[in-house]
Amino acid sequence: MTVVERREIALVDLLDRLLAGGVVISGDLTLRIADVDLVRIDLNALISSVNEQVPSPWGELE
Amino acid sequence: MSGLRYVYAVCRPFGTPLSAQLTGVAGVPPKQLTHHGLVAVVGHVPEEDFAERPLRAHLEDLDWLSATARAHQNVIDALTVVTSPLPLRLATVFLDDSGVRTMMEQREDAFLRTLDRLDGRVEWGVKVYAESPEASENTESPEASETTESSENPDSRPAPSPAKPVSGRDYLRQRRGQHRAHEEKWERAEEFSRRLHETLSGYAEETRIHAPQNAALSHAPGRNVLNAAYLVPRSESEAFVELVDRTKDDSPGLRVELTGPWAAYSFSGEDS
Repeated sequence: MTVVERREIALVDLLDRLLAGGVVISGDLTLRIADVDLVRIDLNALISSVNEQVPSPWGELE
Repeated sequence: MSGLRYVYAVCRPFGTPLSAQLTGVAGVPPKQLTHHGLVAVVGHVPEEDFAERPLRAHLEDLDWLSATARAHQNVIDALTVVTSPLPLRLATVFLDDSGVRTMMEQREDAFLRTLDRLDGRVEWGVKVYAESPEASENTESPEASETTESSENPDSRPAPSPAKPVSGRDYLRQRRGQHRAHEEKWERAEEFSRRLHETLSGYAEETRIHAPQNAALSHAPGRNVLNAAYLVPRSESEAFVELVDRTKDDSPGLRVELTGPWAAYSFSGEDS
């Protein structure tokens, strides 16, 4: 087995933390975007933006 | 002042000033906004990109999302050098400074509690991949030439590919054998991951299991069977890294990846 330590941070590792982690603040003080749970921009949604066969889950919010 | 306020993190006041060269989201250097015993790290961002409608549209754009996530991380990384920040979720945007202050005041107690819990701790990410059988059967693959460790243990290599089938019955027998080997491989991978997680949890103050990563986005070879985060005191990080490193001899056909140290993104919840 190999243990790999990458210097360049992979986007998926970053998104695991930035979209599913971090303090969520929503309410009157923030823009309404914060009320939309960013976890919904999940990996499938991202793939759909690259690969257009999959419908975007944002469609219903527009 | 015009523009919206993008908030990266909340911290306790830290002595060291941030580098003047540091830039964040929208290429804007972050500033500190102090309120009582807390500092919010804030960037002024243009309304044309960060107001509700354009932001929603941008978040569907992988290139924009990627650039923004990296810029966000760039600021959090710089903060992690000087303090133990409490990172906010990507794209937390306020209308003005007074909105940021009011939020800090409303959540002051919870922020202070969480900052105490995270003080002096960092997050490490550990992922386990089961390498695909196709890749391990192909001894000419680039991975095989890089993994010098496995040459010490030639017996553990997968059996050479069976000869070309001569009859339907042989073919079916081979397929069954391959299927069984496949099942055993996943069982081994899951068992290895379970044990590794148990061991690492013993060295971590908190743990969190993330959903396995999708290979279509990660482009990482093999199947992601464990995607976990561990909250570890900085002082014990070296030992933790060594512990992960030692797993390399434990199981063939598996790959362990370590990322970090990260700010405690996965442990910022107030419910724990």
